[in-house]
Amino acid sequence: MALDSKIPKGPIKDKWTDYKNHIDLVNPANKRNIDVIIVGTGLAGGSAAATLAELGYNVKAFCFQDSPRRAHSIAAQGGINAAKNYQGDGDSTYRLFYDTVKGGDYRSREANVYRLAEVSANIIDQCVAQGVPFAREYGGLLDNRSFGGVLVSRTFYAAGQTGQQLLLGAYSAMNRQIGRGKIKMYNRHEMLDVVKVDGKARGIITRNLITGEVERHSAHAVVLGTGGYGNVFFLSTNAMGSNVTAAWKAHKRGAYFANPCYTQIHPTCIPVSGDHQSKLTLMSESLRNDGRIWVPKHMKDVEAIRNKTLQPKDIKEEDRDYYLERRYPAFGNLVPRDVASRAAKERCDAGFGVNATGEAVFLDFASAIQRYGKETAHVKGLNENDAALVKKLGQEVIKNKYGNLFQMYEKIVDQDPYNTPMMIYPAVHYTMGGVWVDYNLMTTVPGLYCIGEANFSDHGANRLGASALMQGLADGYFVLPYTIGDYLSDDIRTGPISTDSKEFEDAEKEVKKTLDFFVTNKGSHSVDYFHKKLGKIMWNKVGMARNVKGLTEAISEIKELRAEFWKDVKVPGTNEEYNEELAKAGRVADFLELGELFAKDALNREESCGGHFREDAVELDGEQKGEAKRDDENFAYVAAWEYKGEPSDAVLHKEELEFKDIELKQRSYK
Amino acid sequence: MNLTLKIWRQKNASDKGKMVDYKVTDISPDMSFLEMLDVLNEQLINKDEEPVAFDHDCREGICGMCSLYINGEAHGPDRGVTTCQLHMRMFKDGDTITIEPFRATAFPVVKDLIVDRTSFDRIQHAGGFISVNTSGNTIDANTIPINKHDADTAFDSATCIGCGACVASCKNSSAMLFVGAKVSQFALLPQGQIEATDRVLNMVKQMDDEGFGNCTNTGACEVECPKGISLKNIARMNSEYLKASLKG
Ligand SMILES: Cc1cc2nc3c(=O)[nH]c(=O)nc-3n(C[C@H](O)[C@H](O)[C@H](O)COP(=O)(O)OP(=O)(O)OC[C@H]3O[C@@H](n4cnc5c(N)ncnc54)[C@H](O)[C@@H]3O)c2cc1C
Ligand code: SF4
Ligand code: FES
Repeated sequence: MALDSKIPKGPIKDKWTDYKNHIDLVNPANKRNIDVIIVGTGLAGGSAAATLAELGYNVKAFCFQDSPRRAHSIAAQGGINAAKNYQGDGDSTYRLFYDTVKGGDYRSREANVYRLAEVSANIIDQCVAQGVPFAREYGGLLDNRSFGGVLVSRTFYAAGQTGQQLLLGAYSAMNRQIGRGKIKMYNRHEMLDVVKVDGKARGIITRNLITGEVERHSAHAVVLGTGGYGNVFFLSTNAMGSNVTAAWKAHKRGAYFANPCYTQIHPTCIPVSGDHQSKLTLMSESLRNDGRIWVPKHMKDVEAIRNKTLQPKDIKEEDRDYYLERRYPAFGNLVPRDVASRAAKERCDAGFGVNATGEAVFLDFASAIQRYGKETAHVKGLNENDAALVKKLGQEVIKNKYGNLFQMYEKIVDQDPYNTPMMIYPAVHYTMGGVWVDYNLMTTVPGLYCIGEANFSDHGANRLGASALMQGLADGYFVLPYTIGDYLSDDIRTGPISTDSKEFEDAEKEVKKTLDFFVTNKGSHSVDYFHKKLGKIMWNKVGMARNVKGLTEAISEIKELRAEFWKDVKVPGTNEEYNEELAKAGRVADFLELGELFAKDALNREESCGGHFREDAVELDGEQKGEAKRDDENFAYVAAWEYKGEPSDAVLHKEELEFKDIELKQRSYK
Repeated sequence: MNLTLKIWRQKNASDKGKMVDYKVTDISPDMSFLEMLDVLNEQLINKDEEPVAFDHDCREGICGMCSLYINGEAHGPDRGVTTCQLHMRMFKDGDTITIEPFRATAFPVVKDLIVDRTSFDRIQHAGGFISVNTSGNTIDANTIPINKHDADTAFDSATCIGCGACVASCKNSSAMLFVGAKVSQFALLPQGQIEATDRVLNMVKQMDDEGFGNCTNTGACEVECPKGISLKNIARMNSEYLKASLKG
């Protein structure tokens, strides 16, 4: 099937408005006869559920947690972008659009990104109206901060808990509709398949995680807002339950999977400390506004720090290598994530890592504490030369801005970051790849939509900070409600969809068969055993730096591991009860297939772009020497994979990317 | 570290349940409490026994999913943290640790250490929102200026993660800290005023209907709350409730 992105014609700034002016609408009385299933209640799914219910559709919403409020979006820390230009520092829709396309290394779809920038300002208005307590300035207006990869201050935030507050906003909008009976909420339900009738998505199969009951649910359209698949690496910043199952099952039913290898490795995470670790913790990128990143210049100092004979704060200024400020004077510590992550890896690979494993760099707040302390002393008319006072005042400012992050760090690492620099290292964070969707957010399966992190659309090969929340809410509040209406306008006479059809029966049977297999297999290794093994292969060979040899090995190793899993996995308990191991088994089974496609996609992409660094694609000389080398001539496309059985048989379809409004340029942050 | 664990095992809501002893060895002080339980579960699976069921997801103190009652305290001995942020360095080699679910009539046990906290959701359905259309066609955000102090105080209330530790640690199983936090957030913001009367009346009614007890100002909830939600929220809710009742 040929890919049709359905990008509206006309100038980019008019596309969305024109589109909205010409779509078919559904009469409010008819909306009552239309059911929509939304899987996932994070920012994307939650906002979509609330809005579609508000419009009058009957919404059934599903999540695997015990409450929609606990979706993984809750963990987002730093903030959400919007082109409001409240700071008067030159921001505009165009600039947000430009930064996002450039930041994504020119691998995203222009029209989608422009629309995102266009609706971004509405998101803030909407959330404030819902009572989201964003940070304020003393004058009572909204405060902003800056994130990596941009030169304006456009990030709105609620301390280090922005995702929590935005999700609670969407959750409260959902609650209003649940209270009115317009949303029926299914907590602790896991979607295990999509059901197609006459080629259209008409329902899903779920498992009630408490009773084990397998259920059929029908609707006129199905929306997946099921989040990212970073947990294919086992260790990531994602919540433990984050998984690819819904997206993968959709893929198996005909939805193309786009750019699976585009993973964001976030530069500021707490380093891995040991084998026991179950997940990695992010330290928000907003810390880079005030923290300076460095490693010692001299090997002897590195060793002394590792042996604990020297404290980091005792290393003199001239003996420190502030490598981001050195390499990228224009953006300094605020370079985008892929650049910052690679630079950290480069220093650690060269032997300058500062912790026991050699995989950590410093994120230092000492100079910010000094600066803020002096400023506050000055404002309050106190003695600016009193070192102890300045330090105390400065620490208070830092505490106000990042208190909860500092506390989190201290709990995990057992060191006080107010007095000694934090140690950080890159970790798997966000997946830019996902289910392929057109401009309408519809997948290649008619009636099946995909929103938020689960789709591939807006971020290209690298996501700038604070833009995932923006995309999730834009999709759910402002884009999908229009585009899905256009599709559903054909369904006003369809009437309720029966779940008695053969299609539902077959899908249910298949799901049950897999569940039965797991609980009767009696193998010798736990699900985690396989998941950890997969994660190691992914991180070592498909992680931050990739080469042909490693990728080829990864593909065959994953295949072997998958075969072993299906022979030897052990799942205790039964299907008729709460059984977390059983749920995990299904998720890991899907990760084992995705992992292979992921490596295959990475192998296909013979260029470096965004977080995807091919060791054989690097600038050899000139001003950009050592930087990632993109190949626009051959790879300015979205790789959309069609399922054909085994991942190795997947067929590649290319959506060529057109850049009419932005010139493709070497990305420079120097 | 080597530890003895006394863990509540209960097959399902109707089972009676009992404490069972387990031993774990080679626990690193850098592990989180949940990682320690992962170790135990891996052992149990390898011995063909059923792993212990417990709730968790984000493992960074923000989703509110984890909920263990450890040595008689909700979220264990550390202050201001959730169970997933509790680290084994808080314990000593050879310790015996008792682990139970959050117990309250309104939180029935699902299995082992997992309880059903959907009563919290139902309280929110009754009024935990501002009735604004989700169309985005609202007024510009900066036309609603909010005094920084009020915004910060509203934020402090809004940081409640809905974990239920306040209920579990209250001798009356009261949910007043949780409900107070939500009522306070909206009471402190101009956007929340119009519906203030209905909101507090409806939420309090639902809270009572769910079978939560009353507050007798013992303050255990505030001590155990991982997010430092203060008793002031209960006072604010009471005054909002009084205001609303007088209005009728
Ligand atoms: C630690 C951290 C910090 C972050 N900070 C920021 C930030 O500051 N700014 C920013 O813009 N972005 C940030 N991000 C990224 C951002 O949080 C996510 O990309 C975004 O929240 C994803 O939202 P979502 O709605 O697409 O998915 P999620 O919030 O992940 O929601 C997924 C939903 O799908 C459900 N689900 C999944 N599978 C199934 C299934 N099979 N059956 C039923 N239900 C299912 C889940 O229950 C859940 O409700 C951060 C991410 C992390 C991990
Ligand atoms: S008030 Fe505190 S203890 Fe109670 S639910 Fe909220 S965060 Fe948990
Ligand atoms: S697991 Fe999310 S708060 Fe503990």
